[in-house]
Amino acid sequence: MFTILGIPGPLLFGQLLLGVINGAFYAMLSLGLAVIFGMLNIINFAHGALFMMGAFVSWMLLNYLGIGYFPSLILSPLIVGVFGLVLEKTIISRLYKLDHVYGLLLTFGLALVIEGLFRNAYGSSGMPYRIPDALQGATNLGFMFLPNYRGWVVLVAIVVCLATWAIIEKTFLGARLRAATENAPLVQAFGVDVPRLITLTYAGGIALAAFAGVLAAPIYSVNPNMGSSFINTVFAVVVIGGMGSIMGSIVTGFGLGVIEGLTKVFYPQASATVIFLVMVIVLLAMPRGLFGKAV
Amino acid sequence: MLEVKGLNAWYGESHILHGVDFEVRDGEVVTLLGRNGAGKTTTMKSIMGLVPRREGSVRYNGTETVGLAPNFIAKAGIAFCPEERGIFGSLSVSENLMLPPIVAPGGLSVDEIYTLFPNLRERAGTSQGTKLSGGEQQMLAIGRILRTGAKMLLLDEPTEGLAPVIVQQIGRTIREIKARGFTVLLVEQNFRFAATVADRHYVMEHGRIIDMIPNAQLEANMDKLHDYLGV
Repeated sequence: MFTILGIPGPLLFGQLLLGVINGAFYAMLSLGLAVIFGMLNIINFAHGALFMMGAFVSWMLLNYLGIGYFPSLILSPLIVGVFGLVLEKTIISRLYKLDHVYGLLLTFGLALVIEGLFRNAYGSSGMPYRIPDALQGATNLGFMFLPNYRGWVVLVAIVVCLATWAIIEKTFLGARLRAATENAPLVQAFGVDVPRLITLTYAGGIALAAFAGVLAAPIYSVNPNMGSSFINTVFAVVVIGGMGSIMGSIVTGFGLGVIEGLTKVFYPQASATVIFLVMVIVLLAMPRGLFGKAV
Repeated sequence: MLEVKGLNAWYGESHILHGVDFEVRDGEVVTLLGRNGAGKTTTMKSIMGLVPRREGSVRYNGTETVGLAPNFIAKAGIAFCPEERGIFGSLSVSENLMLPPIVAPGGLSVDEIYTLFPNLRERAGTSQGTKLSGGEQQMLAIGRILRTGAKMLLLDEPTEGLAPVIVQQIGRTIREIKARGFTVLLVEQNFRFAATVADRHYVMEHGRIIDMIPNAQLEANMDKLHDYLGV
């Protein structure tokens, strides 16, 4: 068995892969948070709960309706996205004129309610979701065995992150979104239906979280707490990357996943805290985050 | 035709406009003159629906717009170029230009806008709209609303802080768009500039219109105007 820096290769690469996988979820979740914060000025604490809902909806689709993984990848984000749309229209939109903290409290409350409902209905022990047949097995990369499903998750996450970045930075719709983030009243005075744009942004961010939830279902068990276990780290990612920066969220998400994975190899005791250590250092050196723009 | 009657506006508890009455006929260039704080900018923002609370009547081509959200007022054919220009730093120059949606046919093409403002053509690739000079930003702010097909333009102090040669260019532009049938409501501090482009001048004080002077009679009313504006 070969070793690197005195660490067995398979262990190192195994943890590195776990790190990249976690990083993929950090990236997808923090991306949605960043976009929502930019448009709505709300720190969406319900993000983790809606991620969990994405996983649950795909579990329900499979177990109640016999709808498999691949259709779920589309259907579940759509269903949860519509749920997000209704949330925004009926509840969240009432808070835009108030201080940030009300949005934070409201979405935190929503997260507790959503998680509570699922805990009541399904308990908190978690339910398995089988890896689809097409993605079973593993591939020998020479230096390690890569489980096919995990490779798929990393690949899809990268594609989805880059597509989201491209939509926001390179398209006409994205230009409207960026402009509305800067000066919403003026964009509305040009004739753009900004309230609708805000609703769609929220629904889009939520759909992205739900999509991540579907990807996560076969890796982590489907349980009501799966969102809250991620979301603390994701908030740290958003803070480190810089609020409102799209590429920043992606790079920071993957980067911190890897740092976390490497810490598990070299100093496992610190693996749960290393991200917050990075956050403290980054905030001391660069208060706006690594990719934050000047205000 | 834009008819403003009994327009009142508030920012929180402050009552800024106290019954503003005036009209702008199709094809006219009309200015609002007045000292700082007279309510000129608030009048424009109230027409556009950008104040927290307004009452009274603003009719454009017969449509009552008080009570409409800003996007519907824009779709009725009124376009706004704010005093601070409102160029977006997160958008490139061409994205800034293309941002306002087309609301009606008959707007200028991008090429015609570049012909009016040749500087913009050279700077179209600039990645951040806010990297342009003040004059170029003003050209961009005016140019982008000429594209939309809106025929009623609200220009809030388009010459503020600009070099004389740019002020002249903006004056030429206003005369050019008037010749093309646009209607312009212009807020100006500089009535010497206003006199070169406008048909009529309304004078504002304390949130009301206190006088109207046709441009032809401006010279005869110079003493009165100096008195109003305190210059």
